Amino acid sequence: MSDDTTFTLEVLRYNPESDDVPRAEKFTVPYQEDWVVLDALNWVKDNVDGSLTYRWSCHMAVCGSCGMMINNEPTLSCKAFLRDYLKDGTGTITVGALKNFPIEKDLVIVMDSFMEKLEAVKPWIIRSTEKPLDEGTFTQLPKQLKRFKRHTMCINCLLCYAACPQVGLNPGFIGPAALALAHRYNLDTRDQGKDLRKDVTASEDGVWECTFVSACSEVCPKDVEPAGAIQEQKIESSIDWALDHLIPGRKAR
Amino acid sequence: MSRKPYEPTLPNTWWLEKPFYIRYMLREFTSFFVGAYVAILIVGLWQLSQGPDAWGSFLGVLSHPASVVFHVLAFVFATFHTVTWFALTPRTTPIMRGDHFVPPGPIIGAQYAVWAVASIVVLVAVLW
Amino acid sequence: MSKTTGRKTYTRANKPLVWFPFAGGGLVAALMLPVMIFVTGIAVPLGLIDAEALSYERVHAFAANPLGKIILFGVLVLPLWHAAHRFRMTIQDLGARTSGARSVVAALCYGFGMVFTLLCLAALLSFW
Repeated sequence: MSDDTTFTLEVLRYNPESDDVPRAEKFTVPYQEDWVVLDALNWVKDNVDGSLTYRWSCHMAVCGSCGMMINNEPTLSCKAFLRDYLKDGTGTITVGALKNFPIEKDLVIVMDSFMEKLEAVKPWIIRSTEKPLDEGTFTQLPKQLKRFKRHTMCINCLLCYAACPQVGLNPGFIGPAALALAHRYNLDTRDQGKDLRKDVTASEDGVWECTFVSACSEVCPKDVEPAGAIQEQKIESSIDWALDHLIPGRKAR
Repeated sequence: MSRKPYEPTLPNTWWLEKPFYIRYMLREFTSFFVGAYVAILIVGLWQLSQGPDAWGSFLGVLSHPASVVFHVLAFVFATFHTVTWFALTPRTTPIMRGDHFVPPGPIIGAQYAVWAVASIVVLVAVLW
Repeated sequence: MSKTTGRKTYTRANKPLVWFPFAGGGLVAALMLPVMIFVTGIAVPLGLIDAEALSYERVHAFAANPLGKIILFGVLVLPLWHAAHRFRMTIQDLGARTSGARSVVAALCYGFGMVFTLLCLAALLSFW
């Protein structure tokens, strides 16, 4: 292909000042073999329309801010190589804001609801008693780390929320990433906060809203397994519930 | 500047958008055939309790071509349920041996072995 | 107990009441239903297996045995509740979103489970 090969980047745009619904806008963008979709967006912003609005930071799949729907699949735009979407550098790539979230402008979503859910599951190590410094560090065996390591990789990119129909059907659902992180801390041998988190994760809006569609795990760019983490919590919460009801005084819940 | 976020709603046809979602919906729809088949057998059990004539008429209904068509469909969906259920088990109950997770293969394989044994036991009991 | 975060209060749900039978029933259905459907719905009606296999005397003798009753109850009622719960969630997936619509769907699906559970019990307990 020649150096002046171009392709069509179709962006679903939304301007809160003038639009009531998102509208598609097409840009003709030069094709570069080593470009990702994020590079194409940056080219448009620099050369065609400076008002094009989207989030990005690291350009290397670490910051988790450039997630968007690319050809209707939740994808990190910094990982989406043009060459994987185009034939001979020509064709059309469609880009839109992540599904299941309100759209602030263009490709920028409102993520306030997620931040509240994330905070609700207390994704940090909780200790009922702090270990004194002079007792040294916590030790953790390789197998204890391995048990939850996978779920620590989450970058809060929200691709899993865009992929999950239950998030779309019930906006209150705590959702894949937050529930996977709750599981990650529940499994951490240094943590003592499982009981606190369960009030949230085992609520109506917690793990029970999940129907194991499993799309969350499919789209995760960091190989976290939210779907599995949620099913594990269903089993544990069920056993917990049964014991609470069978053993008098086990817990006043 | 005031904010005016666009609030999207997920259409009820969301599951038609991708093969992945359609496959999920087929898996969930196995519940229709599981529920219907079990309900039919429970009615049969009730007929059994009412005596030989009632049981005979139940067997007569089972022999109707429409019933056979339904049961062939139910068999296909129930088997799909079995396959998908087994496939998900390694993720719902991950097992660790030493420092590593047991890979999915042996966990899924063990379930197929139990399935084969259970099916053979039922067949032998019926044909005995 | 409940937790309040931001503007929302979370309380532990009683979902395990329906989730346990869903999960247990899913496993039983996966292992047992394909072969059962094959025998009662396909092979015997089509004559692949001799009709004597499901004769009144044989089936009655099995269902009259206390152990037979327990097996039948487990094999029928657990998948019944598995199907009732999964079908409820399927209807939600297809568009029952409001809490009112969800309550109606839940009442119908679990009502179906309850009616056939009682029918199964009535049948099993009516003869020994």
